[in-house]
Amino acid sequence: MDIYINLLIQSIFIENMALAFFLGMCTFLAVSKKVETAIGLGIAVVCVQTITVPVNNLIFFYVLKEGALSWAGLPESDLSFLGYISYIGVIAAIVQILEMVLDRYFPPLYHALGIFLPLITVNCAILAGSLFMVERDYNFGESIVYGIGSGAGWAIAIAVLAGIREKMSYSDVPDGLKGLGITFIVVGLMAMAFMSFSGIQV
Amino acid sequence: MMKAKEVLFDPVFKNNPIALQILGVCSALAVTSKLETVIAMSLSVIAVTIGSNLAVSLIRNVIPNNIRIIVQMTIIASLVIIVDQLLKAYAFQTSKQLSVFVGLIITNCIIMGRAEAFAMKNPPGAAILDGLGNGLGYAVVLLVVGAIRELFGSGKLLGFDIFQLTTDGGWYQSNGLMLLPPSAFFLIGFFIWALRAWKTDQVEQEH
Repeated sequence: MDIYINLLIQSIFIENMALAFFLGMCTFLAVSKKVETAIGLGIAVVCVQTITVPVNNLIFFYVLKEGALSWAGLPESDLSFLGYISYIGVIAAIVQILEMVLDRYFPPLYHALGIFLPLITVNCAILAGSLFMVERDYNFGESIVYGIGSGAGWAIAIAVLAGIREKMSYSDVPDGLKGLGITFIVVGLMAMAFMSFSGIQV
Repeated sequence: MMKAKEVLFDPVFKNNPIALQILGVCSALAVTSKLETVIAMSLSVIAVTIGSNLAVSLIRNVIPNNIRIIVQMTIIASLVIIVDQLLKAYAFQTSKQLSVFVGLIITNCIIMGRAEAFAMKNPPGAAILDGLGNGLGYAVVLLVVGAIRELFGSGKLLGFDIFQLTTDGGWYQSNGLMLLPPSAFFLIGFFIWALRAWKTDQVEQEH
């Protein structure tokens, strides 16, 4: 159990997807002007990440890994070079399915998340979650925890940034720094703050 | 038909994908702590943008409109797999350092964005130039940030000593912050500031 709690804390705070690995930056910078939309996108990312990382974990261990197809009578196979194309395919498919399921059974949530769901396919944080899972050899349980943690970390970061940017509209920023420039610097300061979490262990 | 020179050089300074369009920032920041990885990453991205723009432009008239995103994604993912395998075969050390970021070229918005915005509407020749130009625009920002971070962070460029460090009996006290993630944000912020102070029409208006 300790492993899971540690992994959760590590993935949310210490190895924060957005602030330590710069992942999902494009959407992170573009959709963080309002707190409400930022939280909506954050929740969507957590949902998708929690599903895709474990699913890709299963695909990696039972189809792609070296010798993984021995259950189908092909012990010599090594399909790991097909990794990227299968992960992105899985992500695109899951986002599509999630969109249809939400539309059918949870219309209010669908309307809240609607426009953000398609954006998530090209969010680097989602693909990176699966790639890190493969690189670090997480098992199925760990991959679920890692999916939740890394999604939640990203969601917290975007919500906080949106809060700061809303406040910042009252401040007087030099012309050339307006908009994108000052946002980068704010994110840099946030990243420094998050670095103080490093070394925490339960 | 746009002028070839404009198509090629506009994305470098006038309409830089990172500084102005906020595209492809994700990987831009993570690999810039050393110049060597920056060069490998820039070359990979340039190769993929050119390849995907060419491929998408060649088949632009036969792609059914409603599945075009999936078609583009498949083309890009295949190109990235090729680049990744080449790196693993000929530059294994560098490919280890880039770790997951080669794979993340797939979701680099520059590539998707150019395929969608330019290659779908233009002939192959112009599409290649546009891919090259946007790849270069990406590379310029990365090279500047990477050079500053390596020089001030560890006193080296491409692994050669430029500033002698105090730890080796020299005069330069290395700046550890430059090697940490936040410095990349500050440097890109300042890069954008400098670029917009030079080209004032890029300044964003108050909302």
